Amino acid sequence: MAFVSETEIRNLQKRHRKSRLFRRLCAGITWLSIALLAVLLIRIGMDGIGWLDWQFLNSFPSRFPSRAGIKSALVGTLWMSVLVAVISIPIGVSAALYLEEFAGRGRLARFIELNIANLSGVPSIVYGILGLAIFVRFFMLERSLISGALTMSLLILPTIIIASREAIRTVPQSIRYAALSLGATRWQTTWSHVLPASFPGIMTGVILALSRAIGETAPLIMIGALSFVAFLPQGPMDSFTALPIQIYNWVSRPQPEFHELAAAGIIVLLVVLLLMNAAAIYIRNKTERRLK
Amino acid sequence: MSAPETELQRNHDEAVLELQEVSVLYSGKPAVKKVSCQIYKNKITAIIGPSGCGKSTLLRSLNRMNDFVDGVSIEGRLMFAGQDLYGKDVDPVEVRRHIGMVFQKPNPFPKSIYNNIAWGPSINGYTGSMDELVERSLSQAALWDEVKDRLHDSALNLSGGQQQRLCIARALAMEPQVLLMDEPCSALDPISTAHIEDLMFELKSRYTIVIVTHNMQQAARISDYTAFMEMGHLIEFGETDQIFTRPNVKRTEEYVTGRFG
Repeated sequence: MAFVSETEIRNLQKRHRKSRLFRRLCAGITWLSIALLAVLLIRIGMDGIGWLDWQFLNSFPSRFPSRAGIKSALVGTLWMSVLVAVISIPIGVSAALYLEEFAGRGRLARFIELNIANLSGVPSIVYGILGLAIFVRFFMLERSLISGALTMSLLILPTIIIASREAIRTVPQSIRYAALSLGATRWQTTWSHVLPASFPGIMTGVILALSRAIGETAPLIMIGALSFVAFLPQGPMDSFTALPIQIYNWVSRPQPEFHELAAAGIIVLLVVLLLMNAAAIYIRNKTERRLK
Repeated sequence: MSAPETELQRNHDEAVLELQEVSVLYSGKPAVKKVSCQIYKNKITAIIGPSGCGKSTLLRSLNRMNDFVDGVSIEGRLMFAGQDLYGKDVDPVEVRRHIGMVFQKPNPFPKSIYNNIAWGPSINGYTGSMDELVERSLSQAALWDEVKDRLHDSALNLSGGQQQRLCIARALAMEPQVLLMDEPCSALDPISTAHIEDLMFELKSRYTIVIVTHNMQQAARISDYTAFMEMGHLIEFGETDQIFTRPNVKRTEEYVTGRFG
């Protein structure tokens, strides 16, 4: 290159070297974390896959490993996710709509905003203590599904609100103005245009938050979910167990068979989580296409 | 600003909107300063002026769209059918229902063509035949023939010019007394622009139109009255012919002849 001087070339080579180095560093870190995850999954798979059969899914816990299963825990987890969804979605989405569409930019709105952001960083065990004090003791809901679901809802509400607000914020202002200029009220604008347009984003956030609730253990231990449940809950007031609790219980036993049962339980929990995330992606893609 | 009045007194056009010393302030800072003029029925009034002169702000205050901008306040009176639009007992939702608006960038709803038109009337309690209203509105906006076979397709599949005519049709479906247009052609190509200009000629027999435009040729071509604004002030208001051929104020002459701005 005749138009580039010697010093320029040296300088350029140095910059390119730095660029390459940084790219390799980033790629290395990415692959390292993927490899760690893979090792973890493979170990769990090797331990647990042998125990994974219909008998395992369809049996209650037992002190004999060969007869033990996760029926009550799986049903408990499904109950929990439905209850948490029913409680947290309406409250979370309403709060997000209020903050984005109605509250304005006043001091109170900013104060609420700051607190929601802080709440999303509070450790889950603290929500467990809160749930124990308020739902189990004060409202005397006992160690029931509904106590667990309310506690979990509190835990994921900040996440739902923040994700929903992000989704609502992506709706172009011009759509709101179009509706308002036709003599629509704020509510009509929100219900007919803002909510449908932000629905895919809201659903994604909600389902990711729900899958967090399903994986959480600490708050449930705190409010006293049982770990040996030989019956299925019949309603929200019944006591219950959930997959993470059952896994935790098995891991803490001395016999190696129970550790393998725990691994099998983890596989089931992972499958449930992956199914939920897949559902989130499916719903998002489907509704997005409808809007276009 | 006193000279044009004699000229205006000669005509017998009926005023629909009357601005009395209207000021618009953003957090106390005036963007529009004591503008007084009248908007005449079944006429096209163009507001021209350099960027940032307050013409869009003024337009948006005519149907209270500025209410959604934080920190905006209005002074003066804006009379419409004998009522101050900013009076205490006036519901801004009702104002916007009667004074429609078309925006700078086409902003159809991400819904079907049909539902774009039908939504406004349906939330405002329209009880007549919706199919007829949709056809009538699209015909008035000169779009019916192009879309009649695909009314249930998404409006987002239309071209930019078609989308803007759809937005005009959507506003017309509310049967507004006044139609405000905020640089409706600035995002369109010349052919679509010509379409919309033709359309405005057609529409003025039924509607009163106020248009903000950057394009002086456009103002000269389509409008009956022209308001020239600069730095928030209304410098001159009069019949378009007069503003463009023998303006009374030197600044107006400099602007319309292209010597600045």
